[in-house]
Amino acid sequence: MVEKRRWLDVLSYAVVIAGIVVIAFPVYLALIASTHTAEAVEAAPMSLIPGDLLIDNYRKVLFEGGDIGSRAPVGRMMLVSLTMAVGIAVGKIIISLLSAFAIVYFRFPLKHFFFWMIFITLMLPVEVRITPTYEVMSDLGLLNTFPGLIMPLIASATATFLFRQFFMTVPDELAEAARIDGAGPMRFFFTILVPLSVTNIAAMFVIQFIYGWNQYLWPLLITTSEDMYPIVIGIKRMIGGGDAANEWNLIMATAILAMIPPAIIVLLMQRWFIKGLVETEK
Amino acid sequence: MEKRAFFRSRWLPYALVAPQLAITIIFFFWPAGQALYQSVLIQDAFGANVEFVGLENFRVLFNDPGYLASFRVTAVFSVLVAGFALGIALFLAVFADRLLRGAATIKTLLIWPYAVAPAIAGVLWLFMFNPTLGVVAHWLNRAGVHWDFLLNGRQALSLLVMAAVWKQISYNFVFFLAGLQAIPKSLIEAAAIDGAGPWRRFWSIVFPLLSPTTFFLLVVNIVYAFFDTFAIVDAVTQGGPGQETSILVYKVYHDGFKALDFGGSAAQSVILMTIVIALTVLQFRFIERKVNY
Repeated sequence: MVEKRRWLDVLSYAVVIAGIVVIAFPVYLALIASTHTAEAVEAAPMSLIPGDLLIDNYRKVLFEGGDIGSRAPVGRMMLVSLTMAVGIAVGKIIISLLSAFAIVYFRFPLKHFFFWMIFITLMLPVEVRITPTYEVMSDLGLLNTFPGLIMPLIASATATFLFRQFFMTVPDELAEAARIDGAGPMRFFFTILVPLSVTNIAAMFVIQFIYGWNQYLWPLLITTSEDMYPIVIGIKRMIGGGDAANEWNLIMATAILAMIPPAIIVLLMQRWFIKGLVETEK
Repeated sequence: MEKRAFFRSRWLPYALVAPQLAITIIFFFWPAGQALYQSVLIQDAFGANVEFVGLENFRVLFNDPGYLASFRVTAVFSVLVAGFALGIALFLAVFADRLLRGAATIKTLLIWPYAVAPAIAGVLWLFMFNPTLGVVAHWLNRAGVHWDFLLNGRQALSLLVMAAVWKQISYNFVFFLAGLQAIPKSLIEAAAIDGAGPWRRFWSIVFPLLSPTTFFLLVVNIVYAFFDTFAIVDAVTQGGPGQETSILVYKVYHDGFKALDFGGSAAQSVILMTIVIALTVLQFRFIERKVNY
């Protein structure tokens, strides 16, 4: 700090703590609602102190599901979300490592053409090509399947971009030494390049896991059977038309459950995740 | 930029890029081509009759007051979301940057909303502002504000903005904090010795030096407001009341999957793709400029 200004320090803490409280409030409210009965939540305004149904409500949504709207158990939905998120993260990391390796460490005809083909997808979200992608998937018979959920979302260049940037910073001497020692390209890739990339892989995993877990529009379109709903879709299906009929306590319990896995990943892997986010920008 | 050391093989590099290329072609170029193709056709709801109509779908779109209104709503929405999300995040980051004690804890407590799905953010805010049972809606009503976003388009839009901003602050905060910490302390100290107070130092040193980060975040936030907020809209208002919160990406979905107007929806997809590609090019130019200096 440059100079000592007591009032500025106090102000800084006040601002930051106020920010934290305001940002946390919606989640606090959800947590409270998930410990009450549906009737207690509907009594406007609902109480702001926890009720005693914490375990009952969560047990009910996890294993039995709600009684109104979608009745699928949330436990199953979380499993679908987990499969989807891990599939997307792992799939993206594998294809991106390979293509970044080819682009950085080889010279071949059409390289720049391929490079641009991949990179033009960098910012193109699924949202803008939903109708045609949906038709492609239904032509391929992949509606309501895990490959159908996962594969279209692997097509993005973010990870390739990050790995390319990182490979560029790896000293040339390493590849030269490997070549002199007689190691082929794949040997170099697996014994030198991948181990060096572990932090970047971890960062990418966090970012892509969250991306996969939070996907909404795509699963909304291609999953029509309840046992293929990810939790983010399931919660939407629990909210019916008229608001009086909703079991808000169970919906909020589901919301909390939907937030826990990605939040844990972000908090546990905070260091890599921030590094990954900020590096992708460069 | 090329590596000095490289490997030689006739087939290996092609095999290595093949998986990514295959996925890119099947799920990006093929659908994008389909969208282009369909955007010049008119198809009835059962797919029985298909007719080539040239640019008719686009002409209809740009003469459709509903589509133009959707453009306007999207513009207002994105400006509000990007403005508030950047402003609040910068404000928090500037104060967080000053803190000596507890900085790591504070960072942790501010970044977790990044992990929350937009749809879940929508559901949380829907619950708080639900006209009949929402806690905040109750406070507002008691304060004399007649709150019913199901009927009032302005309130519906502001609710969407709040939910979208809430979710995006943490992302911007991470970048601003990293940007602030990268500014050399010697510059700030020099200015302080010359007698510049904190306010002056912020506007004439810190803010200009942050401009690359701000510009990057601006593009990211606009893309976020355009596309990632689909889930928030679908969870909270479904484009209502009427069409008052039907942003462009929501309209593509609604017209294609609910109203079954495939040609019109495809034409809208093409327009959206053009917007994203323009933003991507902008971003790339920016990245290249930054790498060079």
